[in-house]
Amino acid sequence: MQTLIEISNLNLYYSSVHALKNVSLSIPEKAITAFIGPSGCGKSTLLRTMNRMNDMIPGTRIEGKLTIGGTDIYSNEVDVETLRKKVGMVFQQPNPFPKSIYDNIAYGPRLHGIRNKKQLDEIVESSLRAAALWDEVKDHLKRSALSISGGQQQRLCIARALAVNPDILLMDEATSALDPISTLKIEELTQELKNRYTIVMVTHNMHQAARVSDQTAFFLNGEVVEHADTEKLFSNPSDQRTEDYISGRFG
Amino acid sequence: MGVLQDANRKQIAGRRRLDFALHLLFVAATSVGVVVLMALLVDILIDGASRLQPDLFNQYPSRRASQAGMKSAIVGSLYMLVIMAPLSFVLGVGAAIYLEEYAPKNRLTRLIQLNISTLAGVPSIVYGILGLAIFVRAMQLDRSLLAGALTMTLLVLPIIIVSSQEAIRAVPRSRREASFALGANKWQTVARAVLPSAFPGILTGVILAMSRAIGETAPLVMIGAMTYVAFLPNDLLDSFTVMPIQIYNWIARPQAEFRELAAAGIVVLLAVLLLMNFAAILLRNKYNKKV
Repeated sequence: MQTLIEISNLNLYYSSVHALKNVSLSIPEKAITAFIGPSGCGKSTLLRTMNRMNDMIPGTRIEGKLTIGGTDIYSNEVDVETLRKKVGMVFQQPNPFPKSIYDNIAYGPRLHGIRNKKQLDEIVESSLRAAALWDEVKDHLKRSALSISGGQQQRLCIARALAVNPDILLMDEATSALDPISTLKIEELTQELKNRYTIVMVTHNMHQAARVSDQTAFFLNGEVVEHADTEKLFSNPSDQRTEDYISGRFG
Repeated sequence: MGVLQDANRKQIAGRRRLDFALHLLFVAATSVGVVVLMALLVDILIDGASRLQPDLFNQYPSRRASQAGMKSAIVGSLYMLVIMAPLSFVLGVGAAIYLEEYAPKNRLTRLIQLNISTLAGVPSIVYGILGLAIFVRAMQLDRSLLAGALTMTLLVLPIIIVSSQEAIRAVPRSRREASFALGANKWQTVARAVLPSAFPGILTGVILAMSRAIGETAPLVMIGAMTYVAFLPNDLLDSFTVMPIQIYNWIARPQAEFRELAAAGIVVLLAVLLLMNFAAILLRNKYNKKV
């Protein structure tokens, strides 16, 4: 598998807190990489460095290198809006805009200058199909996005992220606020999506990481303890701390 | 001892009495406000009913009470509103957007914030003095409609800024994040994700600020808005009068008929204020439902 995201010696500080310590990680293309670890271990922080959402938190300082497809995303030539277009994100809580289902999906394309109604219609349909939501909402696209269920809202947020045609999809505990059936639907969806997108997901549910991901990285106190193929990491971890965590001795 | 029996019966009875007594107290407190308002309304209506006629709206002020009306005052208030509303909306909402979305969170911003909150509570007469110094004298606008409207704009600005800031702050951070994560820049996020959600709150604040301005007298007396204006302002630099000033003028006269006129004027002013507040409520409900 080809590496798409290359992180080397990354350090991140929130004011005086050293949140990521010398993280180095290679994330493969068109596969699912899961980040696991106890709360506060830095897995979400690392995820948010990949689309530079941490930029917005005052006092954040980053050292080291993070390249996507060979480009250092923290260099001056990279424009953060274009980066975020290429690196989509789905959040822990479904966060649709209080607009219609259609307008939610069209939000991104409109930001980037697409006005043509026919083109927008096509994007809305293909994005909703890709997120396995089309059949459920195709007859009421004008309805408020807040009127559908939480699981549907989260798939809507996935569709919204896909509508700007990203290469990478970051999922920050995207199923933790959902019921088991909605969670299952999204897990199945990720298996479809990984044929076309590189997915990086943060999850506090180890079973989910084991079920859906190809590779898993285990985080502890801001460090990557172990990064391996998911099967190996869960069946034969090489670090004692990983074993303790996955066997439920802490966290 | 049974489950539902309690050794502290006496205590419970005491607490219940306290609860009841406080309940009465709170009802009484609410009634005072309502009763006073009703008494005021009824008293004014009785005094002014005979003068609530088309003449009140069609006639200019006059020395003879039987011929006097408040046409120039109503139109003056209206003109002032028309100038003040867009000006204070743009400046107030603009400042609120800057402070909430763009300004760095540092000591200077906090100082500005403190200043604005303080300004919202400054007595209106102080704005009158300011208006007199800046608009009437320094800018030589004289005692004009424009000088009055600008002074009033200053008066309502802090109120609009504070209420708009609250409306903007109430928009959840997750909406901003959703927008930024799709590649939106700051202004796109503010315009497409924040303002639509904050708009009902902003609008409510603006309308309430406008209704405060419509009822204000002191700053306009200070800048010398005339009380006897027997014509409609033709341009921004014409002299003018507004409803509360006209009412004040009538009340100050000794004849009983003028007091009836004043009562009728107050009814009109109250009706306008009620209408504006009602509009604010309607707007808020309309937008809340849409979401």
